[in-house]
Amino acid sequence: MKVLVAVKRVIDYNVKIRVKADKTGVETANVKMSMNPFDEIGVEEAVRLKEKNLATEIVAVSLGPQACQETIRTALAMGADRGIHVLADQELQPLAVAKLLKAVVDKEKPELVILGKQAIDDDCNQTGQMLAALLGWSQGTFASKLALADGKATVTREVDGGLETVELKLPSIVTTDLRLNEPRYASLPNIMKAKKKPIEQLTPDALGVDVAPRLATLKVEEPAKRQGGKKVATIAELVDKLHNEARVI
Amino acid sequence: MAVLVLAEHDNNSLKPATLNAVAAAAALGSDIHILVAGASCKPAAEAAAKVKGVAKVLVADDAALAHSLAEDLAPLIVKLASGYSHVLAPTTTAGKNVMPRVAALLDVAQISDIVAVVSPDTFVRPIYAGNALATVQSKDKIKIITVRGTAFPAAEAAGGSAAIESVPAGGSSGLSSFKGAELSKSERPELTAARIVISGGRGMQSGDNFPMLEKIADKLHGAVGASRAAVDAGFVPNDYQVGQTGKIVAPDLYIAVGISGAIQHLAGMKDSKVIVAINKDEEAPIFQVADYGIVGDLFKLVPELEAELEKQLK
Repeated sequence: MKVLVAVKRVIDYNVKIRVKADKTGVETANVKMSMNPFDEIGVEEAVRLKEKNLATEIVAVSLGPQACQETIRTALAMGADRGIHVLADQELQPLAVAKLLKAVVDKEKPELVILGKQAIDDDCNQTGQMLAALLGWSQGTFASKLALADGKATVTREVDGGLETVELKLPSIVTTDLRLNEPRYASLPNIMKAKKKPIEQLTPDALGVDVAPRLATLKVEEPAKRQGGKKVATIAELVDKLHNEARVI
Repeated sequence: MAVLVLAEHDNNSLKPATLNAVAAAAALGSDIHILVAGASCKPAAEAAAKVKGVAKVLVADDAALAHSLAEDLAPLIVKLASGYSHVLAPTTTAGKNVMPRVAALLDVAQISDIVAVVSPDTFVRPIYAGNALATVQSKDKIKIITVRGTAFPAAEAAGGSAAIESVPAGGSSGLSSFKGAELSKSERPELTAARIVISGGRGMQSGDNFPMLEKIADKLHGAVGASRAAVDAGFVPNDYQVGQTGKIVAPDLYIAVGISGAIQHLAGMKDSKVIVAINKDEEAPIFQVADYGIVGDLFKLVPELEAELEKQLK
């Protein structure tokens, strides 16, 4: 089966973000960018399916500015076969991303689409579910285990009370949680090989998708800082303070 | 137009997160209706009718809704949504699973994990793991919203007397089916609703050492949590995880034991009223947010804490 993986270019998870002084957003100029960590888990899962001969081809899709091609190259170096880049310089919100991915799915006809459960920039946690809705497909969100057999996907999901297992009719959407796998590092030979793999470029216009944002960001601010840093010397002092000063016990 | 709140429940009772979502709905200034969708969920519907400020409870009782499968629940919400200006759900795994599906079917945006209502079309939500707060305005006719429970005080669970009305469920789509669950059983309060939380990190060294924290939790009627490092190391199950990708908590007292304070963990607990950190590394970032830090060996300090609490609570 063909597997599509969606990969987003985001500020690297190790970078301490800075809110812009004019409150219009977060500083992204000269900041290290990487693949969204949940999407890396998605690529890894797809590559493992291929290694188990359950997937025949892996297509990595990214949407956004030209630099997203670097993110696609990372996926190709991890083991994806080819890339699709939907070039868009404007802001893309989850609903628009889901519509663009639907257009790509209509064209590529994969049986499984794997996405990260959320991107670590906007923290929306929406795109996979929206794509499933637009396609009328089943969805296995927050997956910590995925098994494919007999035209069905069995997904173990991380839910608030523990774990839940659902059986999904294929084609299906799966979104990854942290414990699904540990993504591999791409080897140097594979990074070199990835440079030769094809990336097709498309545009929202060519796909016939209206990507106009539905939410206007009025301002972005830093949260109030916490005043911490006080130390106590003994447990007796701690319990006394919790009881008499903070009054929480 | 009224607003609709999707109840989180186990068919017998409401989950506390529902009450926080009702509080967020109340800030919108319209009539509040609650949807209880489940199987044999009459007791949960009756509990919803008692919530203060609720005008009406809609009940969809159908075997297909027993496990809140998004494929079967979303069409029901979509059908009801046309009569409402807003549909809200708690930011729980159930809410996060179904609401974007609803939004896409309605061709509207979702506003995820709001922490404040500025006006009926403008909301504040955290981005970048809570390191920034975005104020966003929705241009859509129906606003689909998930609500961060810790940001809104719970609505009162008693005092209301809403009418209960049945609505037809749509049956099963046949796209997905529930196979089973491994849910942690605990007599302790739920992490997200507990007034006191004590969490362990990598410094706990083994799951065998968590009973130390459980003893303290039981003394204080609190819940036990963990950092991602402790969950990834297999010390405790995933539902213990406090952090950006786990549970967001904001108790009156949060005690972090052997937790260094990675940014992802801080995102899940930094809104706690009082934070205590116990760690042997005095440079650990957790101390920067802790109201009371104590540097030392947790295997010596935690038993001491238990003994001291014993004295104090007598």
